[in-house]
Amino acid sequence: MNGADAMVQCLLHEGVDTIFGYSGVAIDPFWNSIGQTDIRSVLVRTEQNAGHAASGYARTSGKPGVCAVTSGPGAVNLLTGIATAFADSIPLICITGQVVSDQIGSDVFQEADVTGAAESFVKYSYLVRNAKDIPRIIHEAFYIANTGRRGPVLIDVPFDVQEQTVSKFELFEGDPKLRTYKPTIRGNMAQVKKVIKVLQKAKRPLICCGGGIHLSRAEKALKEFVERENIPVVSTMMGLGVLPTDHSMYFGMVGNNGHALANRAMNESDTLLMVGARVADRAVSSPDLTLEGKVLIHMDVDPAEIGKNVGPTIPIVGDARHIFEDFLAEECHGEHSAWVDTLNKYREDMKEERHSSPDFVNPQAFVRMLSKAMPDNGIYVADVGQNQLFSCRNAVIREGGLFMTSGGMGTMGYSMPAAMGAVAADPDRLAVAVCGDGSFQMSMMELATMNQYDYPVKIVVFRNNYLGLVREHQHFAYADDYNMVKLGGEPDLKLLSEAYHLKYFRAENMDGLSETLDGFLHTEGTAILEVMIDPMETVVMK
Amino acid sequence: MKKIYSVLVENRAGVLSKVAGLFSRRCFNIDSLAVGETDHSDVSCMTIVSSGDERTLEQIEKQLNKKLDVIKIKTFDEEVSVSRELMMIKVKYNKSNRRDIMETCDAMKADIVDMSKNMMIIQICDTPDRTNLMIQLLSGVSIVEIARTGTLALPKCIES
Repeated sequence: MNGADAMVQCLLHEGVDTIFGYSGVAIDPFWNSIGQTDIRSVLVRTEQNAGHAASGYARTSGKPGVCAVTSGPGAVNLLTGIATAFADSIPLICITGQVVSDQIGSDVFQEADVTGAAESFVKYSYLVRNAKDIPRIIHEAFYIANTGRRGPVLIDVPFDVQEQTVSKFELFEGDPKLRTYKPTIRGNMAQVKKVIKVLQKAKRPLICCGGGIHLSRAEKALKEFVERENIPVVSTMMGLGVLPTDHSMYFGMVGNNGHALANRAMNESDTLLMVGARVADRAVSSPDLTLEGKVLIHMDVDPAEIGKNVGPTIPIVGDARHIFEDFLAEECHGEHSAWVDTLNKYREDMKEERHSSPDFVNPQAFVRMLSKAMPDNGIYVADVGQNQLFSCRNAVIREGGLFMTSGGMGTMGYSMPAAMGAVAADPDRLAVAVCGDGSFQMSMMELATMNQYDYPVKIVVFRNNYLGLVREHQHFAYADDYNMVKLGGEPDLKLLSEAYHLKYFRAENMDGLSETLDGFLHTEGTAILEVMIDPMETVVMK
Repeated sequence: MKKIYSVLVENRAGVLSKVAGLFSRRCFNIDSLAVGETDHSDVSCMTIVSSGDERTLEQIEKQLNKKLDVIKIKTFDEEVSVSRELMMIKVKYNKSNRRDIMETCDAMKADIVDMSKNMMIIQICDTPDRTNLMIQLLSGVSIVEIARTGTLALPKCIES
């Protein structure tokens, strides 16, 4: 047995069934060992997308996503994937090949200090010096990636370590007992009781949920709690889907790109429970939103998030699912039906209706129609740009459904590889990647990967021949002086679909859109739906 | 506001750069930094002095705690600690100022640890304030170079 064999045995032991990656000499022993097992190895077309695909896999399966690439350019190409996962706390195991140990530091061919380069956006990293450490390191890596505040862990393995003979191989089990890492999972019971008391007294309580609800799989406990206690819920972009969009207690997405209704609920609440949210600039920004004069309870598994952006009145550290389960065991019975009635009245009064040019598809209406036509457990992956904001404002997410996007980093090109990863994790679910023509061209090389491995993804491309969101910014900030936003020389998507043996659909305007969507969603295999939208369309309410 | 962080870390390659990198990435100040092994050879102690507003100083502690190479952090203010810094100053002297320099050394409890015909190295081990004062007192003399350790600190002994 060599180091690479040991790595693969450890990955099998951790329950890994799929690895996204790219080859190269420095990681070849590893792929050779993988080839001897049933683990599916998926050759993406550029390393960044191995990270995104692993992210989509992780968000769908709840297990860490695994990717592996070669040294130097392979490792450096993966950095964007790692940083994107880190910003959204997605658990990944990123394996990179490295040059031979005694050549490290001498700038040999395809050498890059990837652990150094990735330091500020990994949860932890290892440079493996001796193959005997592999079982311990891989076991620790999975534990670190998937506990506490989840995130990517990088394991850099020199070529010679992969080839090194391992004479005594022993798997690690259970809690790795790290003296430097003890995440708080259970909430402090005194704080739990305090929060319940505060919620009981509140006249206008509101729960604002972030991505932490999904990461801790707390959706069920949250739903049970808010239904029992009649407490309204809003979400951040990363929290979309914590409750079904049409749930009576759900009042939309907050933030400067969110719903006016949700922001109004935030502003008028007297007690705000923020859960698994960073309270970041995009979600909570004045003058639209204010946190002043209210009781602010901040629940997060990462103590460093509490008080980083706003000072809470009551901090509570722990895993959201555990804490909501503890909440459920407490008696609360607050009385705030008047508050819920007020919010429901706002909901009626503040219906957002938008009208687009009849010559094009109305993207807002399109997103509603698309998401409604998807199966209940469908996976909607929004890319970055106008498409993301159209999507998160209008997508209808039902119980069992999943909405994914690159929220923290805002990485263009995320949707297609992430949707591919989602299908790899659960082939029975339909995954739709919604991108713009800019983001589509950032990862269209993965069309081949979808074909090769039979990972069918339904791809929507909003076509406006612009980098729409930046064009919109330049429209307002520079009085239509457009620079670096015009996408010329675009591919003919019909011909491109033919070249990749994919089905092609097109929507010019709203006429017959239902039938087009129906055909698109029900066709076998990967398909592209090109949606023509008004180049002057804005996300900002006109 | 100033704070002293006594940070116990795993004594491994790359840990110093991870900790220093955290400070630069998050725009935290490092006023001084001293590193040395503890009585356990696998544990190092980093003594970091930093300044900033209350939220920043709290964030420093929380962010340091998130680093997986950090074992334990003790945070304390200067007033409740004993802090020392070792400094060596190489100066040029001549007949006319030699006596003055030696008197200054006496007054400051500094030692002359090396000497040639026209140069000497003065060593002082004292609080950061006093080492700074020493530099001021020698400002009239031609200073060739200075080496200093940065602050080392331990919380004062309290009867338990």
